[in-house]
Amino acid sequence: MKRTPGTMLLRWSGRILVGVILVFVLLPGVVVAISAFNDRAILAFPPQAWSLRWFWRAFSYADFAKGFWNGLTVTVWASSIAVVVGSAFAFAIHRYKFVLRDVLEGILLSPLIIPHYTIGLGVLILASQTNVGRGFPLVIFAHVVMVLPFVMRSTYISLENLDTRLELVASSLGATPLRILFTVTIPLLIPGLLSGWLFAAILSFNEFTATLFVSSQATQTLPVAMYNYVREFADPTLAALSVIYIVVTATLLTIANSFLGLGKILNVDAH
Amino acid sequence: MQLDGVTKRFGDSVALHEAWLKIQPSEFMTLLGPSGCGKTTLLNLVAGFLEADNGEIFIEGALVTETPAHMREIGIVFQNYALFPHMSVANNVAYGLKTRGVEKKEIARRVDEALEIVKLTGFADRKPRQLSGGQQQRVALARAVVIKPKVLLLDEPFSALDKNLRGSMQVELKQIQRELGVTTIFVTHDQSEALSMSDRIAVMSAGRIRQIAAPDDIYRRPADRFVASFVGDANVLNGRLVERRGDVAVISIGDVRADVPATSIAEMSVGEAVDVFVRPEHLSVTSRGASRSLPGTVTTQVFQGGHVDLYIDAPGSARDRILVRVPGIAALSSCPVGTEIGLTIGSDDIVAFPSGEVP
Repeated sequence: MKRTPGTMLLRWSGRILVGVILVFVLLPGVVVAISAFNDRAILAFPPQAWSLRWFWRAFSYADFAKGFWNGLTVTVWASSIAVVVGSAFAFAIHRYKFVLRDVLEGILLSPLIIPHYTIGLGVLILASQTNVGRGFPLVIFAHVVMVLPFVMRSTYISLENLDTRLELVASSLGATPLRILFTVTIPLLIPGLLSGWLFAAILSFNEFTATLFVSSQATQTLPVAMYNYVREFADPTLAALSVIYIVVTATLLTIANSFLGLGKILNVDAH
Repeated sequence: MQLDGVTKRFGDSVALHEAWLKIQPSEFMTLLGPSGCGKTTLLNLVAGFLEADNGEIFIEGALVTETPAHMREIGIVFQNYALFPHMSVANNVAYGLKTRGVEKKEIARRVDEALEIVKLTGFADRKPRQLSGGQQQRVALARAVVIKPKVLLLDEPFSALDKNLRGSMQVELKQIQRELGVTTIFVTHDQSEALSMSDRIAVMSAGRIRQIAAPDDIYRRPADRFVASFVGDANVLNGRLVERRGDVAVISIGDVRADVPATSIAEMSVGEAVDVFVRPEHLSVTSRGASRSLPGTVTTQVFQGGHVDLYIDAPGSARDRILVRVPGIAALSSCPVGTEIGLTIGSDDIVAFPSGEVP
């Protein structure tokens, strides 16, 4: 291409724009990460003196530990239930034509557009109407509803990428539909199911808005515990917790990506 | 293996219209036609992947129209081979034996045997993605034949292979098919593949079987215009019906007279215009003005190695340019572009159809 001043200007303004966007995307994380190392008991940027003591406090604060284990319990249950339920629905929607199929799909994907506080509030009202206690089942139920669309999407894409001729060949070789499901379909869907589970887990573990409504002191998850903490204290403990969180999540995702090839499942890799 | 008036509709369109087909045991039957002609639909109906709207399907004399695919005992090889990517070569081949509850030792023996037939001994533990296209196809073939299917279905199995490999795989497949004596239905749109491999060919178009015959009969005596123009190259010359003598009709193209089978123009009366189909190799070049020749001018030479293709402009005799296939390379120098020549017809294998547009 000919390099006229016009195209040069366009090229450089493009680069600068991309640079600015990247800076803004990363900025909040970077600011918080640096604040975590502040020695003083206020959230300030840039820090005047440096310390690791807020990391120690993040680990030792009892509500955080409790919130972490609560969150993990909710996450594992909610993601696992969502994978089973969501995959079954995705399978039905992908493979069969039936009355109200589009309606069913719309309902199952609706948590994407319904705000989380609405879901939290709705579950809370339902619980009090039916006298269901505010225990873990309630929190897990709300989380399943919220992560279901993501799990369905993930399974649906895996089903789209699955060559149906594999199943046809299996049936020509004498396999019953049930045998095909267990020897061909499910084994080939496993990467998709696992990545669906993983995304559900990340979303569920991070979920705050709805959880605030449906959890109690006994079932509060880590984000809720963090919210309660910040109402009382303004020290950099939360910043330290954020750093830990980012590092752990990034590590898990990197490992998962190398095993599962998330790009392929999310359909962002070229075939 | 038999189809009695099988019809399949998708919505309003008829994918297969009353197909009648009888395949002999051990026969290699090819379904030949352009894409969308219904050949794949027919294959899927035989396999049990689709249900027929009308008609009956029999395999080895037994009615299977309602039998689900997994109880039909057929073997199938798809264009993309459809190997199970999560299983080793051995497990791919063993799949159909496991579903039948064959004993473990027997499975191992038969898998070895099948891999030996397709010359893949030693590849048992590989995964499909570690194999070349040709090797994957062999695995697919081994997987299909190891269950001793009543019918072997091949769905365009060569179209994903490169040209050199295709030729050798064709020879090999035909050999394996003959040795095993398995009744085979082979689907292709490639007419040279069909001509070289088949015992018989069913030429299909627009959901209908147009002709069922041995390859040489299809080539020499096409039943209609579609078959004549789809299988092999054909020149369409402007002719006229001159005389009828029983099974034979005499037609004229300019000064040239030729005998053609009368059946394909049975409805026509003497003096009416007919389209005469002549293969490029059945025409030969002579000097302009020679008796019983058609005048023409060479417009293009295409050197093909073993033969030369000459394109002849002959406005009086044909609407399109006439293709003449001349063996050897002499024509390159003897018939340069612009040469005025005469064309003679040197074969009885020409056919005529009522004049009209190609369907």
